[in-house]
Amino acid sequence: MKKSPSVLVIGGGSTGTGIARDLAMRGLDVTLVEKGNLTHGTTGRMHGLLHSGGRYAVSDQPSAKECIEENRVLRRIAGHCVEMTGGLFVQRPEDSDEYFEKKLEGCRECGIPAEVLSAEEAREIEPYLAKDIKRAIKVPDGAVDPFRLCVANAASAVEHGARIETHSEVTDVLVEGGEVVGVEVTHQTGTGPYVHGEPGEVEEIRADYVVNATGAWAGQIGDFAGVNVEVRPSKGVMTIMNTRQVDTVVNRCRPKGDADIIVPHETTCILGTTDEEVEDPEDYPEEGWEVDLMIETLSELVPMLADARTIRSFWGVRPLYEPPGTGTEDPTDITREFFLLDHADRDDLPGMTSIVGGKLTTYRMMAEQISDHVCEKLGVDAECRTADEPLPGSEDFTVLRDYMDDFGLRSPIGRRSAQRLGSRADEVLNSVDPNPVVCECEAVTRAEIQDALDTAGTDLNSVRIQTRASMGNCQGAICCHRMANELAPEYDEKTVRASLDDLYQERWKGERHAMWGTQLSQTALKHMLHAATMNRDEDPAAADADIDFAAFDDGVASGGAVADGGRERAADRADDDALGGADGDN
Amino acid sequence: MAITDDVLVIGGGIAACTAALSAAETGARVRLLAHKKSTLRQASGLVDVLGYAGGDGPLSDPYAGLDALPEGHPYHVVGEDGVRAGLRIFDEAVGDAYRGGHTDSNALVMTHGGAVKPTARYPASVAPGLASSSGDTLLVGFAGLTDFDAPVAADHLAAAGVPFSARGVTVEFPKRFRADAKVTRFAKALDRDEDVDGGTVRSVLADTVAEELDGESRVGFPAMLGDDHDEDVRAELSDRLGVPVFEVPTGPPSLLGLKLEDILFDALDEAGVRISAGNPAVDFEADTGRVETVVVDQKSRPTPYSADQVVLATGGLVGKGLDSDRESVTEPVFGCHVPHPEDRYDWSDPEAFGDHAFARFGVVPDDELRPTDEDGEPHFENLRAAGGVVGGADVAREKSASGVSLATGAVAGRLAGEEATR
Repeated sequence: MKKSPSVLVIGGGSTGTGIARDLAMRGLDVTLVEKGNLTHGTTGRMHGLLHSGGRYAVSDQPSAKECIEENRVLRRIAGHCVEMTGGLFVQRPEDSDEYFEKKLEGCRECGIPAEVLSAEEAREIEPYLAKDIKRAIKVPDGAVDPFRLCVANAASAVEHGARIETHSEVTDVLVEGGEVVGVEVTHQTGTGPYVHGEPGEVEEIRADYVVNATGAWAGQIGDFAGVNVEVRPSKGVMTIMNTRQVDTVVNRCRPKGDADIIVPHETTCILGTTDEEVEDPEDYPEEGWEVDLMIETLSELVPMLADARTIRSFWGVRPLYEPPGTGTEDPTDITREFFLLDHADRDDLPGMTSIVGGKLTTYRMMAEQISDHVCEKLGVDAECRTADEPLPGSEDFTVLRDYMDDFGLRSPIGRRSAQRLGSRADEVLNSVDPNPVVCECEAVTRAEIQDALDTAGTDLNSVRIQTRASMGNCQGAICCHRMANELAPEYDEKTVRASLDDLYQERWKGERHAMWGTQLSQTALKHMLHAATMNRDEDPAAADADIDFAAFDDGVASGGAVADGGRERAADRADDDALGGADGDN
Repeated sequence: MAITDDVLVIGGGIAACTAALSAAETGARVRLLAHKKSTLRQASGLVDVLGYAGGDGPLSDPYAGLDALPEGHPYHVVGEDGVRAGLRIFDEAVGDAYRGGHTDSNALVMTHGGAVKPTARYPASVAPGLASSSGDTLLVGFAGLTDFDAPVAADHLAAAGVPFSARGVTVEFPKRFRADAKVTRFAKALDRDEDVDGGTVRSVLADTVAEELDGESRVGFPAMLGDDHDEDVRAELSDRLGVPVFEVPTGPPSLLGLKLEDILFDALDEAGVRISAGNPAVDFEADTGRVETVVVDQKSRPTPYSADQVVLATGGLVGKGLDSDRESVTEPVFGCHVPHPEDRYDWSDPEAFGDHAFARFGVVPDDELRPTDEDGEPHFENLRAAGGVVGGADVAREKSASGVSLATGAVAGRLAGEEATR
């Protein structure tokens, strides 16, 4: 039997996993390597907007057309990753009528359904819009969960025979006889089914073709191969609110500018963003003024944001690219289109193509085009099926059942689990008994955590992004250690502890950008629970010095019978008297 | 006409209760103004005094660490005598419900994560399980509870080098509840000893654990062994198993913390302290440098309470005795000065367990525990502060939260009482 051609994909973001799925479905032998966990790069650090294309309807119509096309495809194949919230482009009195008309016209030229709403009509949809807004354009924007989407793509790729390797950083590109023949990866720590190497182990992976789908990191892979890929990484901040002040994507209807979008996402709203070119996609300043800018500017659209509670902020980098010689100065002017850079044509180096630019909404289309390209190079004749076949979890996702009774879970826990899991809800929720709630803020049960551990190994951050556990109001104060406990008994206590420490520190990093008001109160509680109650900051198990246990009170003198106090106040304590989700309010 | 007392204590936690008890000892007529439920429901129920100071620890002698504490620490204001006074009031208030008063040494207790930590006083139900006492230990967790994983905790104890063997098992609780049931539901089932297949909750649980017991001389459960009838539950389990049974303190909702709150409020009743609970203090009236009345928002109807002396014990950031916005940190009732770095990014450290400025936020006390303004002068002649609202201590890292509350409460309450009854 003829061996199928092998392709190595570098990058475990939406594009990389999309390509892996596409090629695997076409019967190719695919390996994907990712230096962190899935979504480690840009995919895991975006605001979750499923573009209607309206955003680019004036400035970048080719991108706008791709967006509306893929928006429809994703609703079809990834129903459990998408929430169709609808979107509004809101005009304030100081925003120009001319631009408003251009936006409307642009949407229509690109085939994006667009409807003009009066201020009253817009406020009927979003009651907290500012009193003085002028009018709005309604478009089919939505919210997408990039983590779930990426994991579903990876799972589908594996089902079609692909090998996925996370925590495997490409440390060289193998060039022999003027041709790319594979890569060298260095395996890092991390355990789980997607990690096959030992930490520190260097492995050469040879392939008939290499695809560089590393986005903002594409230049670094290019350097290994000796070719110049000039990506222009551009950072943007996103600030997460603790509730959904809006249920619709709210955009500011003006040409461009920082802080012009609010995306409702699960239980939160995400404010975005800035657009500022940076040198290094891994190392750039995360500054407080950027957070203030989000709150101050977006409260012009939704005034209540000025005093609302934020729970953390995070930054991402866009993999912007423009063909050499364009010379655009402002990153907001750079096209959001994507480009295939075939290094054979471009640099006389056969065997590798880089994909740069683009955006999450069009990831599948990018994957399709590069897969077509790879198949052509390898002489494979196979059709793309990714636009038609639903992703795992989205099959038969027509009606959301109420899982409350089935799984003995109260609403909204059952409902939210079902939404997150889609058609996999039955299978996952039935896999664990009993199935207690692990994360109260986000209503995540043990079954979902265990399901995520199947692909995450000991990486609790990966569990977090798949399930949302520890992403709510308390930012893991109540559930980080419970999540870590779920690693046992498969992993030993030391591993459980190390994984907990990693997750706790990661949660801290983003929460620092929200440490004032109610969230600072929450943070102080978290510090008390983990340092005072659990003594995790001075944990003797982690310290070198031995404790002289004999020097401490052994309780011996404390004898004596104790009568039952019969303290009547305890009798008033109802079952539901407990802390539901964490909050510093009490 | 305002309700009038000698001493008005604002707050409902350990510091407020101690201040009220301390003031009552002077013969003053005392009123406690408590708003919501205190933060005790989020606390472990242990009474830490000082476990780590100046890079040393765990300290077996909490008093030995006092000198190593930084300048401005509330323990320096009240001195060792103040710390001892706080513990005396506590010991008298709680009686046999708490242990540890027989010695100046800290005990080491097991945390629900399996670490050990130094503490000065511990509930009677925790006493048989001290990590600083030998005795091979079986820890028992329940399949439906995620906060305490007994095998992980036992292995963690071993990693800390405890002088005994520790083993953990996970068992099914004798009665099944819905999957999101709270620990209080488990505690109630034990309290009532509800009927289940094969017996009652207590007997079936004891039978289940007896099968797991392999020569260990004590058995620990997460702190949910009953609520109203906790001593009965523990006594019956100990009896059936033939070895002492103890509780491991947990995070919120903490039954041990809630029980401590009940005990302290019972002690207030006994001491004749008047209690007005359920509404927040929102404002005050002052005259010539003295607080005259404290205004309580009773369902939007402002009600004045007047007193000769006032103790502010509203808590720190967690209890909302301190508030903040993107620019500043404030004490919301009296507007007392709270020093803080100008840039809010300096309020915390990039390391999760680093040296956080926010942990030490609070009012700056003078030597009589009166909050001072930027010039170091008392805001009001008759206003004192106690507990978390007082700055200068990182109680989480020092393991000193309850101790600071007890000591400052005892001293502020005594001074207020003495002034009022002079």
